[in-house]
Amino acid sequence: MVSKSVLQEQMANQEYKYGFVTDLDMEMVPKGLNEDVVRLISRKKNEPEWMLDWRLRAFRHWLTMREPKWSNVHYPPIDYQDIIYYAAPKPKKPVKSLDDVDPEIRAMYAKLGIPLMEQERLAGVAVDAVLDSVSVATTFKDKLAELGIIFCSFSEAVQEHPDLVRKYLGTVVPFNDNFFAGLNSAVFSDGSFAYVPAGVRCPMELSTYFRINAQDTGQFERTLIIADEGAYVSYLEGCTAPIRDTNQLHAAVVELIALDNAEIKYSTIQNWYPGDKQGKGGIYNFVTKRGKALGVNSKVSWTQVETGSAITWKYPSCILQGDNSQGEFYSVAVVNNYQQADTGTKMLHIGKNTRSTIISKGISAGYGRNTYRGRVQIHKGATNARNYSQCDSLLIGSTCAAFTFPDIQVQEPTAQMEHEASTSKIGEDQLFYCQSRAITPEDATNMIVNGFCKQVFLKLPMEFAVEAQKLIGVSLNLEGTVG
Amino acid sequence: MLEIKNLHVKVAGKEILKGIDLSINPGEVHAIMGPNGSGKTTLAQVLAGRLAYEVTGGSVRLDGKDLLAMKPEDRAREGVFIAFQYPVEIPGVSNAYFLKAALNAIRKYRGLEEIDAMDFVSLVQDKAKLLGLDETFMKRGLNEGFSGGEKKKNEVFQMAVLEPKVCILDETDSGLDIDALRLVANGINVMRSPKRSMLVVTHYQRLLDYVAPDFVHVLVDGRIVKSGDADLARNLEKHGYGWIVEEAPRTQAATT
Repeated sequence: MVSKSVLQEQMANQEYKYGFVTDLDMEMVPKGLNEDVVRLISRKKNEPEWMLDWRLRAFRHWLTMREPKWSNVHYPPIDYQDIIYYAAPKPKKPVKSLDDVDPEIRAMYAKLGIPLMEQERLAGVAVDAVLDSVSVATTFKDKLAELGIIFCSFSEAVQEHPDLVRKYLGTVVPFNDNFFAGLNSAVFSDGSFAYVPAGVRCPMELSTYFRINAQDTGQFERTLIIADEGAYVSYLEGCTAPIRDTNQLHAAVVELIALDNAEIKYSTIQNWYPGDKQGKGGIYNFVTKRGKALGVNSKVSWTQVETGSAITWKYPSCILQGDNSQGEFYSVAVVNNYQQADTGTKMLHIGKNTRSTIISKGISAGYGRNTYRGRVQIHKGATNARNYSQCDSLLIGSTCAAFTFPDIQVQEPTAQMEHEASTSKIGEDQLFYCQSRAITPEDATNMIVNGFCKQVFLKLPMEFAVEAQKLIGVSLNLEGTVG
Repeated sequence: MLEIKNLHVKVAGKEILKGIDLSINPGEVHAIMGPNGSGKTTLAQVLAGRLAYEVTGGSVRLDGKDLLAMKPEDRAREGVFIAFQYPVEIPGVSNAYFLKAALNAIRKYRGLEEIDAMDFVSLVQDKAKLLGLDETFMKRGLNEGFSGGEKKKNEVFQMAVLEPKVCILDETDSGLDIDALRLVANGINVMRSPKRSMLVVTHYQRLLDYVAPDFVHVLVDGRIVKSGDADLARNLEKHGYGWIVEEAPRTQAATT
């Protein structure tokens, strides 16, 4: 989550403002990956035997897997032995409360607009802040605990709530799901965990703020959110990283589980460092996000605004297992300069009367390549399933590209499917018309882009919608992209 | 006031305007008429500041300021408004949002505060009432799916809200049925003011039956070949452009 003042400042400079590095005393494991590193990570986190076993099984399986090559993105081979898999700021003393958080870390988050002190927090948002590999602080924990809501770092959940973790970990994204999920399962270092008990409506936005700080490190966080019967939770994640001229790997896994009549709304504002104008540096964002609408009448809703990263490879998906369950995917993906995005969703209809909605808005500028990739599967027995898909592409300038790969598989004759797609370009005529009405080409482009994204912004929590809008203006760095 | 002096304009290497002289004082309505291809739209576009129109000579001054040196958005901020012949569509951006952005850009340039949301709503309602328009179209995308006539009405509506110093209407009457024509003409008439200069570019006399111009100029082959009062327009309607073209001094042969 990004505060308004930071964004306004950023607008003025039209550059990536989160690119600073904080000088922290870090504890790191050596570069490279083998079983010893996996054991070391597990030991550092003082994990129980079952957790280590799971990691090792994941690691051994990962060794047999190959990096996927089917996506519509291009990058040089990644040397997985040239990455640091664990980096944590050395605590000056053990962190028992928020007051114990290292002042330098606190200052860094303040710079990002994420003050960790509860009294300074935006009302109604609880934050778990993850720096490089470890969770630094979680706010509002006590207040949430009164309602029986667990919101803590993943490491803490492994210690304090092992039954819940063991019961649900890997049930939506198993470690053998794909190459990057496998890697994450072996080396994940922290992340967030949330459990909302039966019948409880979480009264505030839960939020995780991810920050990569250290050089040459990968970030592999893991998030697990469970909404028990009749529960509701809205969750938001934000991400930034310093400017570095080498690429950094971010391979996260998010698992959502909604039981009977439960609803999980998951929103992402992804603003990892995208690389410079020549395409040097930036984050490789290879992420597996999946929600299981397990119970009857359950609902999983994804909203994402993707403006950062050099490469985005991400398909927040829904497994609609419970009867009458619903899945939603609302996405805005922006690429500029040499950014590449291959993003979309999967909607797997298994239960009866399941419904899904896909609204994807791709914006390409500069030399950016933007791909929508979607799969809608109606399984046999998923009677009366319905899907509505809409994917729109907006091109700015003549050197960018947009691609759409929809894949629809229907095995149930009662299914109703709708698919709409459009591609449009911001035209000279439109910009000139705006100019003749006193509006600069930059403001005009912003206005047209926001009009294009409106359907998705409406799905974001109010204060974040405003931020998302500004962020897109910044990432399009409008000057010079039009024409 | 708007002062055009010896204006020469090329489009795609071809000279279209060959020395236009025209001064429009505040309070005056001038009509420019002329056959197809005489350069009427070029004049409107070059005043708007479209890039493809290359000024090769002459000057245009607005209250003494060099209009041609200004970016299109600054011309609008200085108070020039062009009602276009073919207004564009911008789906997803509502008419209301667009117009408010335009109004605020002008206000900001003039050192005024942004208009309050409620004030804007009542301004829109007032102007719509003045023009006899149903303001529900404000919620629709900018000109999105509008008929030709609706687009023209929207241009006049924007003009009424932005209250420019100089109004240039480029064939705003073309393609309108009689009711729409009356509505557009009414819009122009209510905008007439001692502080405002207006230039109505038209192919036909019929708009001038509703809007009485102070001056009429006939544009032929990139030059104003005849100027007069409203009677000139009526003569043109009766006799066509032929007699003026005949009468016009044949300077072209001498220069080529």
